[in-house]
Amino acid sequence: MTLLLQQLLNGFSLGAIYALIALGYTMVYGTLQLINFAHGEVYMMGAFAALYLAKVSGVADNPTIPGAIVVMLGAMAFCAVLGMTIERVAYRPLRNSSRLNMLITAIGVSLLLQNLGLLMFGALQDFPSLLPEARWTVSGVMVRSNDLVIFGVTATLMVVLTWIVERTQLGRAMRAVSHSRDAAALMGIPADRIVVATFAIGSVLAGAAAVLVAMDKHTIRPDMGMTFGLKAFVAAVLGGIGSVPGAVAGGLLLGLAETLVSGYVSSTFRDAIAFLLLILILLYKPSGLFGKHVPEKV
Amino acid sequence: MRLATHFLAAFLAACSGGLAACGGGGADEPKEIVVGEYGSLTGTAATFGISTDNGIKMATEEQNAKGGIAGVPIRVVVEDDQSKAEEAATAVNKLLSRDRPVAILGEVSSSRTLAAAPLAQAAGVPMISPSSTSPKVTQVGDYIFRTCFIDPFQGTAIAKFAYTSKGVRKVAILKDVKNDYSVGLAQFFSETFTQMGGTVIGEEAYSEADVDFKAQLTSMIALQPEALFVPGYYTEVGLIARQARELGFTGLLLGGDGWDSSKLVEIGGEAIIGNYFTNHYSVDDPNPEVQAFIAKYQAKYGEKPDGLAALGYDSARILYQSMEAVAADPAMLAGLADRSSVPATKGARDAARKALRDQIAKTSGFKGVTGTITMDADRNPTKPAVVVEVTADGTRFVEAIAP
Repeated sequence: MTLLLQQLLNGFSLGAIYALIALGYTMVYGTLQLINFAHGEVYMMGAFAALYLAKVSGVADNPTIPGAIVVMLGAMAFCAVLGMTIERVAYRPLRNSSRLNMLITAIGVSLLLQNLGLLMFGALQDFPSLLPEARWTVSGVMVRSNDLVIFGVTATLMVVLTWIVERTQLGRAMRAVSHSRDAAALMGIPADRIVVATFAIGSVLAGAAAVLVAMDKHTIRPDMGMTFGLKAFVAAVLGGIGSVPGAVAGGLLLGLAETLVSGYVSSTFRDAIAFLLLILILLYKPSGLFGKHVPEKV
Repeated sequence: MRLATHFLAAFLAACSGGLAACGGGGADEPKEIVVGEYGSLTGTAATFGISTDNGIKMATEEQNAKGGIAGVPIRVVVEDDQSKAEEAATAVNKLLSRDRPVAILGEVSSSRTLAAAPLAQAAGVPMISPSSTSPKVTQVGDYIFRTCFIDPFQGTAIAKFAYTSKGVRKVAILKDVKNDYSVGLAQFFSETFTQMGGTVIGEEAYSEADVDFKAQLTSMIALQPEALFVPGYYTEVGLIARQARELGFTGLLLGGDGWDSSKLVEIGGEAIIGNYFTNHYSVDDPNPEVQAFIAKYQAKYGEKPDGLAALGYDSARILYQSMEAVAADPAMLAGLADRSSVPATKGARDAARKALRDQIAKTSGFKGVTGTITMDADRNPTKPAVVVEVTADGTRFVEAIAP
């Protein structure tokens, strides 16, 4: 029982990160029907931005809660700017060309950023603790302060995001653009600006995820966006790409599936079995857990 | 910056190669002897490639200061494989077709050497891997050599240390399932350890570039092993150590030469200190030759050489010593230096490479920094291993284990 609880805790803490990154994929897909493959690299850049910020601001030498918040907000702001820049430079000029062109551009931007990261940051760097770390044993289960930080930050960001999407003018506009960009534009909604805002919000979440992973794992590397980006993309598809609650559910489910398969079945075939489960779910619900079935117009 | 230098070097090499080819070669005085090197200068295992490269550079400078090979200077052309097996094959292909080196040095990782070695074997170019320990490496063919011990021995050494010196009876293994070295070493360790009377109570796997090992560690720690054997590379090992300690594991962590990097303590922090791994040499070795090497290396690069730097240095020196022996014959010297693309001289070049191969195979009693090296019939040296303890500022010698 203790073992199961520990594995569930491990799974949720991994899944929460997948969920945060998956939200970026799903939001961009919702408005542009574009799979933004560069999203994983925005996440990677966020981690390196946080590292430099932590070093420059001195938080690296003296970890405190306000210091950690400053670094996290800084990394989130950096990611927002980076996400908006990518949209402006790489995607907007192609807005009216075929979706395949945009997809290929996205892969190009991803490779460009990854190699830029390799050139600028080298192989691998260690990341300092941003917060004093602690551990408690609660009836046999090892609870780490970092897990609690991950849950706390993720939950807060989810609440804020839901509030933005459901309750604000911006959220209403985003939903309208997602429904139909042309119709939204005809109703006087500045569609381009809304798309930029979507990129910014998705990237902010990636930045937060990057800081959470970096401060927990203590190493960051230029290819870190690959694995997490791919897994988060799968989580977004599993939850129903385009759906915000779907991305969250998909991320948590993938994290749990990986951990439980690894812990109880076989760690050698972890990815294979976890992904097989996902394929089965998608066979049963092709549009994902929370996705709406949209008939293709011919 | 480092990358830029390499690109520049590669570019210059390409230019001069082209010029030499245009010149037609043949009766000209040999100007230089080109040796190829490929390694992980960037990517996940970057310190492996950089350390090896440092060691090779030092050996090359020393050899050139002595007048190179019979008066002909050596030039080493370096290709980066970004720590990827497919890039390793590309890098060696590039070296073979563009630079036509007389021999190739590399790689550290067994998976990457295995990807590239068949190309060198097919081209008839001798290749010396400084530190690929998987037995499969030299089985590729008779042109493939190494200067380190092999994993069946390394696995035995660490198993003996765990069982005899540390009194460990119950071990769990966490291996990198996509890495030939890790899978092999796990198997050899497990065989010896069980033979001695110990029990392997759990075996779990991860994949390179994973950052979360808590699921595997949770199930392993629940079995209450006295030690955890992690035959991986330093990047993942550091993270595994941290997460194992965070989950409450208090036993020993044991590993192989893949742990050998100055980055290990940076990544693993407190969690990795006080644990043990097998290595090729120790910086505490009182042997004056070893200490002289360490002093020279430290003066040049500002840090203590790790085992990979020492092996890189030894490999290059074995190669240069063999080249000197072959070059005693002036016709062979011309063959060693010949890089022209004119097919007419190909016979002489191949003969020189063949002679070089035979000479490397004859290496016997070579006094290296990493021990005395004698190539056996399978082109593997027989050498002792050392067990070292991880300390805050590097490693500390614990014991030597004879083959």
